[in-house]
Amino acid sequence: MPNGSREKILQRIREALAVKAPARHLAGAVTGLSDHRPQDWLPPVPSSVAERISLFEKNSLDLKTEVRCCADASAVAIELAALARENAWKSIGSHHFVLGNEAVSALGLPVVFTDQPYETADLERCDAGISGCDCLVAQTGGLLVTSASAGGRVLSVLPPHHVVIASAAQLVGDLADAFAVLRKNHGSPPAFASFITGPSRTGDIERILVLGAHGPKKLTVLLVQA
Amino acid sequence: MSAESLQFHRDADRLTHDLQHRAWIQKALGGYYIKRDEQKAKYTDWQQARSSAAAAKYEAVNHLDKYLVELSDKLAARGTKVFWAADGAEAAEYIASVARDAGVKRIIKSKTMTGEEIHLPQALEKAGLEVVESDLGEFIVQLRGEPPYHIVFPSMHLTRGEIDDTFQRKLGSAHADTPEELTMIARGVMRQKYCEADMGISGANFAVAETGHISITENEGNARLSTSLPKVLVSIVGIEKVVPKLDDLAVLLPMLATAGAAQNMTCYNTLLGGPRQPGETDGPTEFHVVLLDNRRTALLADAEQRDALHCIRCGACLNVCPIFKNIGGHSYGTTYQGPIGSVITPHLRGLQSWKHLSFSSSLCGACAETCPVKIDLHHHLLQSRRNAIAQMPVWWEKPIFSGFAWFMRRPGLYRFAAPMLRLAAPLLHAIRGNDIDPLSMWTRTRDLPPAPPQSFKEYWRDKNAKR
Amino acid sequence: MKITLFIPCFIDQYYPGAGIGMVRILEKLGHIVEYPDSQTCCGQPAFNSGYWDEARAVAESMLDAFRDAEVVVGVSGSCGAMLKVFYPELFHGHPREVEAKALAAKTHEFSSFLVNVLGVGDLGASFPVKATFHDGCHGLRELGIKKEPRGLLKHVRGLELVEMKEAETCCGFGGTFSVKFPEISTAMGEVKCASILETGADMVISNDSSCLMQIQGLFDRQGQKIKSMHLAEVLAHF
Repeated sequence: MPNGSREKILQRIREALAVKAPARHLAGAVTGLSDHRPQDWLPPVPSSVAERISLFEKNSLDLKTEVRCCADASAVAIELAALARENAWKSIGSHHFVLGNEAVSALGLPVVFTDQPYETADLERCDAGISGCDCLVAQTGGLLVTSASAGGRVLSVLPPHHVVIASAAQLVGDLADAFAVLRKNHGSPPAFASFITGPSRTGDIERILVLGAHGPKKLTVLLVQA
Repeated sequence: MSAESLQFHRDADRLTHDLQHRAWIQKALGGYYIKRDEQKAKYTDWQQARSSAAAAKYEAVNHLDKYLVELSDKLAARGTKVFWAADGAEAAEYIASVARDAGVKRIIKSKTMTGEEIHLPQALEKAGLEVVESDLGEFIVQLRGEPPYHIVFPSMHLTRGEIDDTFQRKLGSAHADTPEELTMIARGVMRQKYCEADMGISGANFAVAETGHISITENEGNARLSTSLPKVLVSIVGIEKVVPKLDDLAVLLPMLATAGAAQNMTCYNTLLGGPRQPGETDGPTEFHVVLLDNRRTALLADAEQRDALHCIRCGACLNVCPIFKNIGGHSYGTTYQGPIGSVITPHLRGLQSWKHLSFSSSLCGACAETCPVKIDLHHHLLQSRRNAIAQMPVWWEKPIFSGFAWFMRRPGLYRFAAPMLRLAAPLLHAIRGNDIDPLSMWTRTRDLPPAPPQSFKEYWRDKNAKR
Repeated sequence: MKITLFIPCFIDQYYPGAGIGMVRILEKLGHIVEYPDSQTCCGQPAFNSGYWDEARAVAESMLDAFRDAEVVVGVSGSCGAMLKVFYPELFHGHPREVEAKALAAKTHEFSSFLVNVLGVGDLGASFPVKATFHDGCHGLRELGIKKEPRGLLKHVRGLELVEMKEAETCCGFGGTFSVKFPEISTAMGEVKCASILETGADMVISNDSSCLMQIQGLFDRQGQKIKSMHLAEVLAHF
């Protein structure tokens, strides 16, 4: 049977739902709950760009995401070269995107491009993955990636250092704003999208925080003002 | 008493006397409370956020057929194979057949309590497949042959020394002193496995009907890797995971992070809606979503307790439960521990065998108070008690409570007999804790209060006599 | 105001001081206090054990006892919650549902009544002691009582109130739970007692005597000198 017990399960559901469940969650709820945007209850997000950048930086700091502000494209190239030196990169993974093209090629390092057919083993050996993103989220200090904006599903998670080059214009307030960007950039939301909020971490051993559990140990955002 | 109930009593007895375990769990959770309260305080209104999150789940669960069909159609439109499994056996069989048809030998798995529930790893291993747990905590307990201790923190009961010992014995690794070193050992082992695996298995925290996505929340990145690298991906999803709209996640994802792990937002929240699409250069070429019933429809049919299906598996109720903190996760003897486990297990696995989980609670209500989706947890425990007794009264309890009711409806008799029980107090004190003490369940560990010279009724009678 | 007293069965038998304290306070405030002697038990033991028919039978005599009451005030958070929160559920679909809801609406826990209905704060009490307050779970979570007892204790002359870390953590009594799962109940009680001792207080106060029975029972067994007292008894020291 191709889809299994679909009709049997739907039948069980319909029979079960014949009896209405009490809406107990409305006790203590504000009147006209559904008239509010749910995100109104979340931690508030300031409306000015400068304050949002500030909130994004603060949240990034808490997460151990490194944010480096760059005035323009040439500053990006300088910062990326600095990162390459500081971290002794020998090879990197990347894709073709407007904010990164020049800076990546200026590094003069071997590049595994993931927006064309590539070998996983080659990407696995890369010291860093340089990508773009769909947007940055001030409320969480994170970013949203899709295959189109970040060179596929693997580039932003396999190499031990993920570097995102984004412009301040890509900074939005909260997750609802990010979903709006997703729709705007791609029409119907694509098959893969991921919110990345900091370097990979775990507290599984004695509840002590360790970075770089499986995903990248380091996350750097190069934030371009212009 | 069922076999499960007997085992529960034994385990609870053992763990409650283990002061080291008690201290360890208190320590493990101590930091969580402080950070969680800091996080909650940042919300504009945490209580309204709860109502809002609950409203989204209420809508989903109470129109479950509609949203499941929408989810299924939208997933299928991108080339996803959607399989509806009535029970665990059907799900495991399907997944094994997917592995067979694709020539799969090695499976890498990210954390899924639903997979745990249907013993999926064991079923696949029996079919001759290698299954590796990629989540660090799950990996550790898998090596030790133990079940997960907590639905969110599977290895919270272990010290670094115990984990180091396990790694040395099972992986042949060198001695490691710190959580950092131990994590890097696991990271190294896992990296090989991700690249070698031909199939990934994941669960899902949510499934968005509107857009046809499953949503996976994690901190480590192991789910991102397990769902991106292998050529075949199977995600097993309880049917109750559905949410109506993508925007519902704008509230549910932060709340899951705050309630579950006292974080602002979990590290990776990934939406998966299909296999590798035209224009994509990586990702699985085959994507299967297995929608699992396994008696969730039975819980759905219990309209009074239906909101238990709102659960987002954050684990917050475990973290605040004084019973959990004293008996530990393994004592529950089943996949889902703590208050939510105590509520749903009788529905999923049988009321009479598992009703002891409803009774082993003081009904303090800390769970319901903390639940981000406002599940009426402690009241459901009361309701399950009523249901269990209505189905099958306990043969020696029934006459006691009938007698109790008979006695309490006769104030004259009460006035006469109650003082006699108070007079027996010194005698009871003398034999307290002994085998013949009828109140030994209390007096083994606690003293009884002394009987006052006068009851309230006697005081009142005297007071009015003076007038 | 004519106030009808609700004295739970174990208060009547083992902790009459709580009820007596309540009487003295309400009379001092100039109210007429009445006590229908036909009341015995609210039915909670049967209710919590799943025997709702038996619980309902007992509850019906409570409906009878309080039929003519204007306002009902009780000294127990857990029994107060039984009347206020659970009677409507117990009588759902029953011919006497309306009465049960009426009783629920007119029932108050003692400290909540003093603060939220009578609007009193200072009762002129004085009791020099270093004390900590234990929040009984039913009072706290079913009835929302938290600041009322503390507000009242603040006015007691000479009383130093310190908060324990685990003030809101269950003491482990839970009614029949305490004897059905004595090992878990005792462990929970030990955690609570340790938190109380950590404050250095000489007394633990609560609005639920059943909790105090558990806590004092453990302290006595441990040989600790610390005392316990119901809120109403403390406030009646004038």
